[in-house]
Amino acid sequence: MSDPAWTDVCDAEDIDAEDVIRFDHAGRTFAVYRAPDGTPFATDGLCTHEKVHLAEGLVMDDTIECPKHNGRFNYRTGAALRAPVCVNLATYPARLADGRIEILI
Amino acid sequence: MTLATDPHHIRDYSLTGADTVRARETGLAGADWYRTEVPRKVIKDLMQRRDGPAMRDTAIWFTLLGIGAWGGTAFWGSWACVPFWLLYGVMYGSACDSRWHECGHGTAFRTGWMNDVIYQIASFMVVRNPVSWRWSHARHHTDTIIVGRDPEIACMRPPNTLRLLMAYAGVLEMIDSIKTLIRNAFGTLTPAEKDYVPQSEWVKAILAARIHMAIYAVTLAVALLTWSFIPLMLIGGPRIYGCWHMLMTGLIQHCGLAENVTDHRLNSRTVLINPVSRWIYWNMNYHIEHHMFPMVPYHALPRLHEILKHDLPAPNTSILDAYREAIPAVLRQAREPEYYVHKPLPATAQPYRMEIVHV
Repeated sequence: MSDPAWTDVCDAEDIDAEDVIRFDHAGRTFAVYRAPDGTPFATDGLCTHEKVHLAEGLVMDDTIECPKHNGRFNYRTGAALRAPVCVNLATYPARLADGRIEILI
Repeated sequence: MTLATDPHHIRDYSLTGADTVRARETGLAGADWYRTEVPRKVIKDLMQRRDGPAMRDTAIWFTLLGIGAWGGTAFWGSWACVPFWLLYGVMYGSACDSRWHECGHGTAFRTGWMNDVIYQIASFMVVRNPVSWRWSHARHHTDTIIVGRDPEIACMRPPNTLRLLMAYAGVLEMIDSIKTLIRNAFGTLTPAEKDYVPQSEWVKAILAARIHMAIYAVTLAVALLTWSFIPLMLIGGPRIYGCWHMLMTGLIQHCGLAENVTDHRLNSRTVLINPVSRWIYWNMNYHIEHHMFPMVPYHALPRLHEILKHDLPAPNTSILDAYREAIPAVLRQAREPEYYVHKPLPATAQPYRMEIVHV
Protein backbone atom coordinates (compact mmCIF):
# COMPACT_ATOMS: atom_id res chain seq x y z
CA MET A 1 0.00 0.00 0.00
CA SER A 2 1.45 3.35 -1.01
CA ASP A 3 2.43 5.99 1.54
CA PRO A 4 -0.19 8.79 1.45
CA ALA A 5 2.54 11.41 1.98
CA TRP A 6 3.82 10.62 -1.50
CA THR A 7 1.92 11.75 -4.56
CA ASP A 8 1.47 9.32 -7.39
CA VAL A 9 2.63 10.74 -10.74
CA CYS A 10 2.59 8.06 -13.42
CA ASP A 11 3.76 4.64 -14.45
CA ALA A 12 7.54 4.50 -14.63
CA GLU A 13 7.31 3.50 -18.28
CA ASP A 14 5.50 6.74 -19.08
CA ILE A 15 8.76 8.67 -18.90
CA ASP A 16 11.65 7.63 -21.10
CA ALA A 17 15.12 7.50 -19.61
CA GLU A 18 16.75 10.96 -19.92
CA ASP A 19 13.41 12.70 -20.40
CA VAL A 20 10.84 14.76 -18.55
CA ILE A 21 7.07 15.16 -18.29
CA ARG A 22 4.80 17.85 -16.92
CA PHE A 23 2.77 16.95 -13.84
CA ASP A 24 0.01 19.27 -12.62
CA HIS A 25 -1.30 18.69 -9.12
CA ALA A 26 -3.33 20.71 -6.66
CA GLY A 27 -3.00 23.91 -8.63
CA ARG A 28 0.76 23.55 -9.01
CA THR A 29 2.91 22.36 -11.87
CA PHE A 30 5.97 20.15 -11.64
CA ALA A 31 8.57 18.64 -13.94
CA VAL A 32 9.24 14.96 -13.31
CA TYR A 33 12.38 13.44 -14.79
CA ARG A 34 14.09 10.15 -15.30
CA ALA A 35 17.86 10.29 -15.37
CA PRO A 36 19.78 8.26 -17.97
CA ASP A 37 19.94 5.39 -15.45
CA GLY A 38 16.17 5.61 -14.87
CA THR A 39 16.27 7.27 -11.43
CA PRO A 40 13.32 9.65 -10.96
CA PHE A 41 13.66 13.32 -9.96
CA ALA A 42 11.22 16.19 -9.56
CA THR A 43 11.45 19.97 -9.66
CA ASP A 44 9.12 22.91 -9.97
CA GLY A 45 7.61 22.86 -13.43
CA LEU A 46 8.31 26.43 -14.46
CA CYS A 47 11.64 28.00 -15.34
CA THR A 48 12.69 30.59 -12.76
CA HIS A 49 13.58 32.99 -15.58
CA GLU A 50 10.28 33.52 -17.40
CA LYS A 51 7.91 30.84 -16.12
CA VAL A 52 8.10 28.56 -19.16
CA HIS A 53 7.18 24.89 -18.71
CA LEU A 54 10.44 22.97 -18.43
CA ALA A 55 8.75 19.73 -19.51
CA GLU A 56 9.03 20.93 -23.12
CA GLY A 57 12.78 21.26 -22.72
CA LEU A 58 15.69 18.93 -23.28
CA VAL A 59 17.18 16.60 -20.69
CA MET A 60 20.89 16.04 -21.15
CA ASP A 61 22.66 13.96 -18.52
CA ASP A 62 21.94 15.80 -15.25
CA THR A 63 20.58 18.99 -16.80
CA ILE A 64 17.26 20.30 -18.05
CA GLU A 65 17.38 23.04 -20.65
CA CYS A 66 14.50 25.52 -20.82
CA PRO A 67 12.77 25.41 -24.22
CA LYS A 68 12.43 29.18 -24.51
CA HIS A 69 15.83 30.69 -23.72
CA ASN A 70 18.08 27.66 -23.27
CA GLY A 71 18.85 28.36 -19.62
CA ARG A 72 19.97 25.22 -17.81
CA PHE A 73 19.41 23.69 -14.38
CA ASN A 74 20.77 20.61 -12.69
CA TYR A 75 17.51 18.80 -12.07
CA ARG A 76 19.04 16.70 -9.26
CA THR A 77 20.01 19.77 -7.20
CA GLY A 78 17.99 22.55 -8.80
CA ALA A 79 21.16 24.60 -9.34
CA ALA A 80 20.96 27.26 -12.07
CA LEU A 81 23.82 26.46 -14.45
CA ARG A 82 23.55 28.70 -17.46
CA ALA A 83 22.23 32.18 -18.23
CA PRO A 84 19.64 33.49 -18.60
CA VAL A 85 18.61 31.52 -15.53
CA CYS A 86 20.07 32.89 -12.29
CA VAL A 87 17.67 31.59 -9.63
CA ASN A 88 17.81 27.95 -8.55
CA LEU A 89 14.89 25.60 -9.10
CA ALA A 90 13.04 23.99 -6.18
CA THR A 91 13.47 20.22 -6.09
CA TYR A 92 11.31 17.51 -4.51
CA PRO A 93 12.07 13.94 -3.49
CA ALA A 94 11.01 11.37 -6.07
CA ARG A 95 11.00 7.58 -5.97
CA LEU A 96 10.00 4.44 -7.81
CA ALA A 97 7.41 2.36 -5.93
CA ASP A 98 5.86 -0.76 -7.44
CA GLY A 99 6.56 0.46 -10.95
CA ARG A 100 5.07 3.88 -10.27
CA ILE A 101 6.83 7.22 -9.90
CA GLU A 102 5.91 9.16 -6.79
CA ILE A 103 7.01 12.57 -5.55
CA LEU A 104 6.96 14.16 -2.10
CA ILE A 105 5.53 17.67 -2.26
CA MET B 1 -6.78 41.10 -27.87
CA THR B 2 -7.29 43.06 -31.05
CA LEU B 3 -7.28 46.76 -30.30
CA ALA B 4 -8.41 49.53 -32.57
CA THR B 5 -5.79 50.77 -35.00
CA ASP B 6 -4.63 54.29 -34.38
CA PRO B 7 -2.96 55.48 -37.59
CA HIS B 8 -1.60 58.54 -35.80
CA HIS B 9 0.18 56.55 -33.13
CA ILE B 10 3.90 57.24 -33.13
CA ARG B 11 5.72 54.12 -32.10
CA ASP B 12 8.10 54.31 -29.18
CA TYR B 13 10.72 51.61 -29.63
CA SER B 14 12.53 52.44 -26.40
CA LEU B 15 12.18 49.86 -23.64
CA THR B 16 11.02 52.38 -21.10
CA GLY B 17 8.36 54.35 -22.96
CA ALA B 18 4.65 54.41 -23.65
CA ASP B 19 4.68 51.31 -25.87
CA THR B 20 6.44 49.36 -23.14
CA VAL B 21 3.61 50.19 -20.76
CA ARG B 22 1.03 49.27 -23.39
CA ALA B 23 2.75 45.97 -24.18
CA ARG B 24 2.57 45.04 -20.51
CA GLU B 25 -1.02 46.20 -20.14
CA THR B 26 -2.25 44.33 -23.21
CA GLY B 27 -0.47 41.11 -22.30
CA LEU B 28 1.88 41.25 -25.29
CA ALA B 29 4.91 41.26 -22.98
CA GLY B 30 5.84 37.72 -22.09
CA ALA B 31 2.87 36.34 -24.03
CA ASP B 32 2.16 32.74 -24.93
CA TRP B 33 3.14 32.27 -28.60
CA TYR B 34 1.70 30.07 -31.30
CA ARG B 35 3.70 26.94 -31.95
CA THR B 36 3.10 24.18 -34.47
CA GLU B 37 2.25 20.87 -32.83
CA VAL B 38 5.16 18.46 -33.13
CA PRO B 39 5.20 15.07 -31.35
CA ARG B 40 7.52 15.04 -28.35
CA LYS B 41 9.64 12.18 -29.70
CA VAL B 42 10.22 14.04 -32.96
CA ILE B 43 11.15 17.37 -31.39
CA LYS B 44 13.29 15.60 -28.78
CA ASP B 45 15.23 13.95 -31.56
CA LEU B 46 15.69 17.28 -33.35
CA MET B 47 16.86 19.00 -30.16
CA GLN B 48 19.71 16.55 -29.61
CA ARG B 49 23.10 18.25 -29.35
CA ARG B 50 26.24 17.12 -31.11
CA ASP B 51 29.77 18.43 -31.05
CA GLY B 52 30.73 17.11 -34.48
CA PRO B 53 29.04 19.54 -36.89
CA ALA B 54 30.12 22.67 -35.02
CA MET B 55 33.68 21.33 -34.48
CA ARG B 56 33.95 20.72 -38.23
CA ASP B 57 32.50 24.12 -39.08
CA THR B 58 34.67 25.90 -36.52
CA ALA B 59 37.80 24.22 -37.87
CA ILE B 60 36.85 25.37 -41.38
CA TRP B 61 36.05 28.86 -40.06
CA PHE B 62 39.40 29.27 -38.31
CA THR B 63 41.22 27.83 -41.33
CA LEU B 64 39.55 30.35 -43.65
CA LEU B 65 40.31 33.16 -41.19
CA GLY B 66 43.94 32.02 -41.16
CA ILE B 67 44.18 31.85 -44.96
CA GLY B 68 42.58 35.28 -45.28
CA ALA B 69 44.85 36.85 -42.68
CA TRP B 70 47.95 35.25 -44.19
CA GLY B 71 47.18 36.26 -47.77
CA GLY B 72 45.99 39.72 -46.86
CA THR B 73 49.17 40.40 -44.92
CA ALA B 74 51.56 38.64 -47.31
CA PHE B 75 50.26 40.45 -50.40
CA TRP B 76 49.60 43.78 -48.68
CA GLY B 77 50.24 46.61 -51.09
CA SER B 78 49.21 44.68 -54.18
CA TRP B 79 45.81 43.85 -55.67
CA ALA B 80 46.46 40.22 -54.81
CA CYS B 81 45.63 40.97 -51.19
CA VAL B 82 42.04 42.01 -52.00
CA PRO B 83 40.41 38.56 -52.29
CA PHE B 84 42.13 37.47 -49.09
CA TRP B 85 40.77 40.47 -47.19
CA LEU B 86 37.33 39.85 -48.70
CA LEU B 87 37.48 36.30 -47.39
CA TYR B 88 38.82 37.37 -44.01
CA GLY B 89 36.27 40.19 -43.76
CA VAL B 90 33.26 37.94 -44.31
CA MET B 91 34.60 35.23 -42.01
CA TYR B 92 35.31 37.79 -39.28
CA GLY B 93 32.62 40.43 -39.79
CA SER B 94 29.70 38.21 -40.87
CA ALA B 95 30.25 34.60 -39.81
CA CYS B 96 30.90 35.91 -36.29
CA ASP B 97 27.23 36.87 -35.98
CA SER B 98 25.85 33.39 -36.56
CA ARG B 99 28.48 31.85 -34.25
CA TRP B 100 27.66 34.44 -31.58
CA HIS B 101 23.98 33.64 -32.01
CA GLU B 102 24.11 29.85 -31.99
CA CYS B 103 26.66 29.59 -29.19
CA GLY B 104 24.66 32.16 -27.21
CA HIS B 105 21.73 29.78 -27.40
CA GLY B 106 24.07 26.99 -26.33
CA THR B 107 22.96 24.84 -29.25
CA ALA B 108 26.05 24.79 -31.48
CA PHE B 109 28.00 22.25 -29.44
CA ARG B 110 26.87 19.63 -26.96
CA THR B 111 29.87 20.49 -24.75
CA GLY B 112 29.09 23.61 -22.77
CA TRP B 113 32.57 25.13 -22.61
CA MET B 114 32.92 24.96 -26.38
CA ASN B 115 29.78 27.09 -26.75
CA ASP B 116 31.14 29.52 -24.18
CA VAL B 117 34.59 29.90 -25.79
CA ILE B 118 33.25 30.48 -29.30
CA TYR B 119 30.56 32.78 -27.89
CA GLN B 120 33.22 34.99 -26.28
CA ILE B 121 35.38 35.08 -29.42
CA ALA B 122 32.42 35.79 -31.69
CA SER B 123 31.04 38.47 -29.35
CA PHE B 124 34.35 40.28 -29.60
CA MET B 125 34.39 39.99 -33.38
CA VAL B 126 30.83 41.24 -33.77
CA VAL B 127 31.54 44.07 -31.28
CA ARG B 128 28.82 43.11 -28.85
CA ASN B 129 29.04 43.05 -25.11
CA PRO B 130 28.85 39.29 -24.43
CA VAL B 131 26.89 39.79 -21.22
CA SER B 132 24.29 42.38 -22.13
CA TRP B 133 23.69 40.94 -25.59
CA ARG B 134 22.96 37.51 -24.13
CA TRP B 135 20.10 39.09 -22.21
CA SER B 136 19.07 41.28 -25.11
CA HIS B 137 18.66 38.21 -27.26
CA ALA B 138 16.69 36.40 -24.57
CA ARG B 139 14.28 39.34 -24.61
CA HIS B 140 14.16 39.17 -28.42
CA HIS B 141 12.92 35.60 -28.08
CA THR B 142 10.43 36.40 -25.34
CA ASP B 143 8.93 39.42 -27.10
CA THR B 144 9.87 39.07 -30.76
CA ILE B 145 9.16 42.36 -32.60
CA ILE B 146 6.94 43.62 -29.78
CA VAL B 147 7.30 47.40 -29.84
CA GLY B 148 8.66 48.71 -26.55
CA ARG B 149 9.93 45.29 -25.47
CA ASP B 150 12.22 43.84 -28.15
CA PRO B 151 15.66 45.54 -28.13
CA GLU B 152 16.66 43.91 -31.44
CA ILE B 153 14.15 45.41 -33.89
CA ALA B 154 16.18 46.35 -36.97
CA CYS B 155 13.37 47.78 -39.11
CA MET B 156 11.39 50.28 -37.12
CA ARG B 157 8.33 52.10 -38.46
CA PRO B 158 8.33 54.45 -40.10
CA PRO B 159 11.68 53.19 -41.41
CA ASN B 160 14.85 55.22 -41.56
CA THR B 161 15.64 53.97 -45.06
CA LEU B 162 18.89 55.91 -45.38
CA ARG B 163 20.20 54.34 -42.20
CA LEU B 164 19.09 50.89 -43.33
CA LEU B 165 20.98 51.36 -46.59
CA MET B 166 24.03 52.67 -44.79
CA ALA B 167 23.98 49.66 -42.47
CA TYR B 168 25.62 47.70 -45.29
CA ALA B 169 28.68 49.94 -45.05
CA GLY B 170 28.96 48.92 -41.41
CA VAL B 171 30.36 52.24 -40.23
CA LEU B 172 27.35 53.58 -38.33
CA GLU B 173 26.73 50.34 -36.49
CA MET B 174 30.43 50.06 -35.65
CA ILE B 175 30.43 53.58 -34.23
CA ASP B 176 27.31 52.81 -32.18
CA SER B 177 28.75 49.52 -30.97
CA ILE B 178 32.06 51.07 -29.93
CA LYS B 179 30.25 53.92 -28.18
CA THR B 180 28.22 51.33 -26.25
CA LEU B 181 31.34 49.40 -25.27
CA ILE B 182 33.08 52.61 -24.14
CA ARG B 183 30.04 53.60 -22.11
CA ASN B 184 29.87 50.14 -20.54
CA ALA B 185 33.63 50.18 -19.90
CA PHE B 186 33.18 53.41 -17.93
CA GLY B 187 30.59 51.63 -15.82
CA THR B 188 27.40 53.00 -17.37
CA LEU B 189 24.45 50.98 -18.60
CA THR B 190 21.49 52.63 -20.30
CA PRO B 191 17.98 52.33 -18.83
CA ALA B 192 17.21 49.85 -21.64
CA GLU B 193 20.22 47.69 -20.74
CA LYS B 194 19.22 47.85 -17.09
CA ASP B 195 15.74 46.73 -18.12
CA TYR B 196 16.82 43.46 -19.71
CA VAL B 197 20.10 42.69 -17.93
CA PRO B 198 19.63 41.53 -14.32
CA GLN B 199 21.44 43.69 -11.78
CA SER B 200 23.60 40.76 -10.72
CA GLU B 201 25.11 40.75 -14.23
CA TRP B 202 25.89 44.45 -14.58
CA VAL B 203 29.40 44.13 -13.15
CA LYS B 204 30.15 41.31 -15.61
CA ALA B 205 28.97 43.47 -18.51
CA ILE B 206 31.28 46.28 -17.41
CA LEU B 207 34.25 43.92 -17.07
CA ALA B 208 33.62 42.40 -20.51
CA ALA B 209 33.49 45.87 -22.09
CA ARG B 210 36.78 46.81 -20.43
CA ILE B 211 38.46 43.67 -21.78
CA HIS B 212 37.17 44.34 -25.30
CA MET B 213 38.25 47.98 -25.19
CA ALA B 214 41.70 47.01 -23.88
CA ILE B 215 42.19 44.73 -26.91
CA TYR B 216 41.13 47.52 -29.26
CA ALA B 217 43.47 49.96 -27.49
CA VAL B 218 46.41 47.56 -27.92
CA THR B 219 45.48 47.02 -31.58
CA LEU B 220 45.38 50.75 -32.20
CA ALA B 221 48.68 51.24 -30.40
CA VAL B 222 50.36 48.56 -32.51
CA ALA B 223 48.96 50.15 -35.67
CA LEU B 224 50.35 53.52 -34.66
CA LEU B 225 53.71 52.17 -33.51
CA THR B 226 54.20 50.19 -36.71
CA TRP B 227 52.47 52.89 -38.79
CA SER B 228 50.48 50.15 -40.49
CA PHE B 229 46.82 49.54 -41.28
CA ILE B 230 47.30 45.78 -41.04
CA PRO B 231 46.46 45.48 -37.31
CA LEU B 232 43.20 47.34 -37.97
CA MET B 233 42.48 45.17 -41.00
CA LEU B 234 42.90 42.13 -38.76
CA ILE B 235 41.06 43.30 -35.63
CA GLY B 236 37.97 45.51 -35.56
CA GLY B 237 38.14 46.62 -39.19
CA PRO B 238 36.51 43.49 -40.61
CA ARG B 239 33.38 44.33 -38.63
CA ILE B 240 33.08 47.24 -41.08
CA TYR B 241 34.37 45.91 -44.39
CA GLY B 242 33.13 42.36 -43.91
CA CYS B 243 29.71 42.81 -42.34
CA TRP B 244 27.75 43.01 -45.59
CA HIS B 245 26.79 39.35 -45.59
CA MET B 246 25.55 39.55 -42.01
CA LEU B 247 23.36 42.51 -42.94
CA MET B 248 22.22 40.91 -46.18
CA THR B 249 20.93 37.83 -44.39
CA GLY B 250 20.00 39.45 -41.08
CA LEU B 251 17.79 42.25 -42.34
CA ILE B 252 15.38 39.84 -44.03
CA GLN B 253 14.67 37.98 -40.80
CA HIS B 254 11.81 40.30 -39.83
CA CYS B 255 11.78 43.45 -42.01
CA GLY B 256 8.44 44.29 -43.63
CA LEU B 257 6.57 41.77 -41.51
CA ALA B 258 4.15 42.21 -38.62
CA GLU B 259 4.75 43.85 -35.25
CA ASN B 260 2.94 43.16 -32.01
CA VAL B 261 1.76 39.66 -32.81
CA THR B 262 2.17 36.36 -30.99
CA ASP B 263 2.68 34.15 -34.03
CA HIS B 264 6.19 33.92 -35.48
CA ARG B 265 4.73 33.00 -38.86
CA LEU B 266 3.55 36.62 -39.09
CA ASN B 267 6.72 38.39 -37.97
CA SER B 268 9.56 36.15 -39.16
CA ARG B 269 10.72 35.05 -42.58
CA THR B 270 12.08 31.72 -43.77
CA VAL B 271 14.20 32.02 -46.90
CA LEU B 272 15.75 29.23 -48.97
CA ILE B 273 19.28 30.42 -49.72
CA ASN B 274 22.45 29.21 -51.37
CA PRO B 275 24.62 26.70 -49.49
CA VAL B 276 27.58 29.06 -49.03
CA SER B 277 25.40 31.68 -47.36
CA ARG B 278 23.72 28.98 -45.32
CA TRP B 279 27.12 27.90 -44.01
CA ILE B 280 28.14 31.45 -43.17
CA TYR B 281 24.73 32.09 -41.60
CA TRP B 282 24.48 28.69 -39.90
CA ASN B 283 21.00 28.01 -41.26
CA MET B 284 19.35 31.02 -39.61
CA ASN B 285 17.50 31.49 -42.89
CA TYR B 286 15.05 29.00 -41.31
CA HIS B 287 14.02 31.81 -39.07
CA ILE B 288 10.39 30.98 -38.29
CA GLU B 289 11.52 27.50 -37.34
CA HIS B 290 14.27 28.90 -35.11
CA HIS B 291 11.90 31.21 -33.26
CA MET B 292 9.29 28.51 -32.76
CA PHE B 293 11.84 25.99 -31.49
CA PRO B 294 15.00 27.80 -30.35
CA MET B 295 16.36 24.60 -28.82
CA VAL B 296 16.86 22.95 -32.19
CA PRO B 297 20.52 23.29 -33.24
CA TYR B 298 21.41 24.93 -36.52
CA HIS B 299 22.36 21.65 -38.18
CA ALA B 300 18.85 20.23 -37.56
CA LEU B 301 16.91 23.24 -38.86
CA PRO B 302 16.53 21.92 -42.43
CA ARG B 303 14.92 18.77 -40.99
CA LEU B 304 12.69 20.90 -38.75
CA HIS B 305 11.66 22.94 -41.79
CA GLU B 306 10.47 19.79 -43.56
CA ILE B 307 8.39 18.85 -40.51
CA LEU B 308 6.83 22.30 -40.04
CA LYS B 309 6.34 23.48 -43.60
CA HIS B 310 2.71 22.26 -43.83
CA ASP B 311 1.93 24.88 -41.18
CA LEU B 312 4.09 27.76 -42.43
CA PRO B 313 3.73 30.31 -45.22
CA ALA B 314 5.71 29.35 -48.30
CA PRO B 315 9.37 30.29 -47.81
CA ASN B 316 10.99 32.94 -49.96
CA THR B 317 12.87 31.17 -52.69
CA SER B 318 16.10 33.19 -52.53
CA ILE B 319 17.73 36.16 -50.83
CA LEU B 320 16.75 38.25 -53.85
CA ASP B 321 13.16 37.05 -53.59
CA ALA B 322 13.10 38.03 -49.92
CA TYR B 323 14.36 41.53 -50.76
CA ARG B 324 11.79 41.83 -53.53
CA GLU B 325 9.20 41.31 -50.83
CA ALA B 326 10.80 43.28 -48.01
CA ILE B 327 11.98 46.44 -49.80
CA PRO B 328 8.58 47.52 -51.18
CA ALA B 329 7.02 46.73 -47.81
CA VAL B 330 9.54 48.83 -45.91
CA LEU B 331 9.15 51.70 -48.38
CA ARG B 332 5.37 51.50 -48.01
CA GLN B 333 5.75 51.54 -44.24
CA ALA B 334 7.33 54.97 -44.62
CA ARG B 335 3.88 56.20 -45.74
CA GLU B 336 1.72 53.63 -43.96
CA PRO B 337 3.42 52.48 -40.77
CA GLU B 338 0.60 49.99 -40.11
CA TYR B 339 1.33 48.07 -43.30
CA TYR B 340 3.03 44.67 -43.22
CA VAL B 341 3.34 41.69 -45.56
CA HIS B 342 0.61 39.20 -44.79
CA LYS B 343 1.45 35.89 -46.44
CA PRO B 344 -1.11 33.22 -47.29
CA LEU B 345 -0.90 29.95 -45.41
CA PRO B 346 -1.21 26.52 -47.03
CA ALA B 347 -4.54 24.72 -46.66
CA THR B 348 -2.91 22.32 -44.21
CA ALA B 349 -1.94 25.09 -41.77
CA GLN B 350 -3.61 26.25 -38.61
CA PRO B 351 -4.94 29.81 -39.02
CA TYR B 352 -2.77 32.71 -37.95
CA ARG B 353 -3.16 33.90 -34.43
CA MET B 354 -4.45 37.31 -35.41
CA GLU B 355 -4.05 39.11 -32.14
CA ILE B 356 -2.42 42.10 -33.70
CA VAL B 357 -2.35 45.08 -31.43
CA HIS B 358 -1.83 48.38 -33.17
CA VAL B 359 -1.06 50.40 -30.10
